[in-house]
Amino acid sequence: MLRIRVTRMRAWVLTGVLAISLAAVAAYPSSAGASSHPIKIGFSMTLTGGLAGNGKAALLAMEIWREDINKKGGILGRPVEFVYYDDATNPANVPGIYTKLLNVDKVDLVVSSYGTNLIAPAMPIIMKKKLVFMTLFGLAVNDRFNYDRYFQIMPSGPEPKRDWSRGFFQLAMAQSPKPATIALLATDSEFSKNAVAGARDNALDAGLKVVYDETFKPGTADFSPIVRAMQATKPDLVYVGCYPPEAAGIVRAANEIGLEAKMFGGGMVGLQYAALLTSLGPQLNGMVNYDFWAPESTLNFPGINEFLKKYQAKAAEAGVDPLGHYLPPYAYAYLEILAQAVEAVGSLDDHGKLAEHIHKTTFNTVVGPVSFADNGEWAKSRVLMVQFQNIKDGNIEQFHKPGKRVVLYPDEVKSGEFIYPYANAR
Amino acid sequence: MFSIDLLSNALVAGLLLGGFYAAVALGLSIVFGQLDIVNIAHPAFVILGSYVVYMTNSALGWDPVLAGVLFTPLFFALGVVVYRIYYSGFERTGRESLAGLAFFFGIMFILEVTIILIYGVDYRLVDAAYIGQTLRFGIIDLPYRMLVPFLTAMAMTAGIALYLSRTFTGRAILAVSQDRLALELMGANPIRIKSLAFGIGLATAAIAGALLIIIGPVEPSFGRVYIGRVFAIVILGGMGSIKGTLLAALLIGVSESMVQTFVGPSWADAVAFSVLLLTLVLRPQGLFGRL
Repeated sequence: MLRIRVTRMRAWVLTGVLAISLAAVAAYPSSAGASSHPIKIGFSMTLTGGLAGNGKAALLAMEIWREDINKKGGILGRPVEFVYYDDATNPANVPGIYTKLLNVDKVDLVVSSYGTNLIAPAMPIIMKKKLVFMTLFGLAVNDRFNYDRYFQIMPSGPEPKRDWSRGFFQLAMAQSPKPATIALLATDSEFSKNAVAGARDNALDAGLKVVYDETFKPGTADFSPIVRAMQATKPDLVYVGCYPPEAAGIVRAANEIGLEAKMFGGGMVGLQYAALLTSLGPQLNGMVNYDFWAPESTLNFPGINEFLKKYQAKAAEAGVDPLGHYLPPYAYAYLEILAQAVEAVGSLDDHGKLAEHIHKTTFNTVVGPVSFADNGEWAKSRVLMVQFQNIKDGNIEQFHKPGKRVVLYPDEVKSGEFIYPYANAR
Repeated sequence: MFSIDLLSNALVAGLLLGGFYAAVALGLSIVFGQLDIVNIAHPAFVILGSYVVYMTNSALGWDPVLAGVLFTPLFFALGVVVYRIYYSGFERTGRESLAGLAFFFGIMFILEVTIILIYGVDYRLVDAAYIGQTLRFGIIDLPYRMLVPFLTAMAMTAGIALYLSRTFTGRAILAVSQDRLALELMGANPIRIKSLAFGIGLATAAIAGALLIIIGPVEPSFGRVYIGRVFAIVILGGMGSIKGTLLAALLIGVSESMVQTFVGPSWADAVAFSVLLLTLVLRPQGLFGRL
């Protein structure tokens, strides 16, 4: 009898201990989980295909941001995780990826892939869910959507098409005698055609006569016939919108033929990357081309050098642009802005408040202070016009230092004097 | 805008460009034109050639053309291996038409991803003293960046044409797609002959890759740009005809250059492919093909 009672007591004690333990175990994750449950940021990225060079560089910059923010305690006290998929630079893949991110992966926030063609296909899904959408280097995407929660980090300004080339024309028309004619050349792609469309409008407003206006297919192997035909129209200015392989071909052809324009460059993607800078070397001297950052004293924003140091240390292993001056700082900055906005609003759920806060705030980032216009573009353009000067050879070290990509425009970040015409700086 | 200066330079630029196209299409002319193997991965092998040339140029300072030539044995061996796999998996069982095409698609993606894993996705270029220099004859400009690929392509095409027409193995390659049984009766092993031919086709990709990276920067997926154009050249020239491939490449190069100069670059592709369509209407077998 006594043995039975003792056994029953043991059973009650054991049951009680077990119940308390279970309650404690059950309670612990719920309290601890509220603070450590990660915030998931979802995106697609161009990790293979034609824009993979930039996509991989962007991803590296984003990973550096994630490490930095998590070291500081994350967002709202929660660590940050990424959920991302390769869109293979194929716009058709993008809608499926964002649908999965939102409906299956249940991410808390989304940001865009790299480039106009990969941002636009995500817009209908993002707009349907009424989410804030931080985007990376889209040119005039929101012109078609007019979405009030769209924010774009490339500093192309409130009128992206025209602001893109505004500096080129302001520099040109400040010369004496003023140039009178212009040749326009673009790759047959949405970005290049948009850039050149803005240049065409700016040229006509400036009273320039367009003497050559053509597009060409991506993958053109030799540009000698095109540059020679352009040269035959005797343009004072040559404005080109193109991607890296074509940029290299056009610069080489212009040097081989001896292009005689007074100003040459404009919207050529690729002349910001180490691969082309080092291989083209002195052939770049005198060209005036857009850029977003250069190691000039006027662009030494807080945090930029620390970021570039981390990026450059990892770039070789990742097989991406070893300089990282063009896209990576902006890939870091668009996440900085998103994090600052979420912290300020104190919530992930109210995207209306989040958008409202982003619209009315100036954010401090590694690319300097950023504020947005109503259409989600930078409130004021900061598309730089840089002139390649005094490039002696193909040594990469020179491009880490000031004086090779001298900033001529805008005035507030100008770092040197314009050498005009083109022939004088070659 | 018409002038003798423009016309003569457009013609010369077109010939130089056509020579380069011939180098890229030559291997496909053997593999697709003579062996009936739809090697859609051929441009990807050309890109592989560009990257191995880049590797030796950047690390050891080798001349790109020399590096391309030195890598031909390796590419030849690779071609033999690829053909043996293709033969065992598809040709032997008669599944080469669709499954074989998928096989070469797969090879293309594997090559691209392998290059990405090794070199990353950044653009790559080579250095050589002649890149950026121009040879001038009066009003004619000959950029070495195009002239060196042209001369190399001519030498390679002549070498292949001589080999195919003057040696027993070469003639066996020409015969293997026409009458396999007759070839066996002559004491030649068709599988061995096809392996050799596929190897030679891929060996040309090493040199074509060198020429491509001399002309401009490459990235791992850049080969896709050339798929349509090289198949068009092989068909236009007449399936399996080396001199037809050369002539078709020069024709496409010159027509592209003329259109770029006098009509507008956006029309270049349309006119080049119109030349192909027109030729096929008038001569369905291509310029030098046999019915």
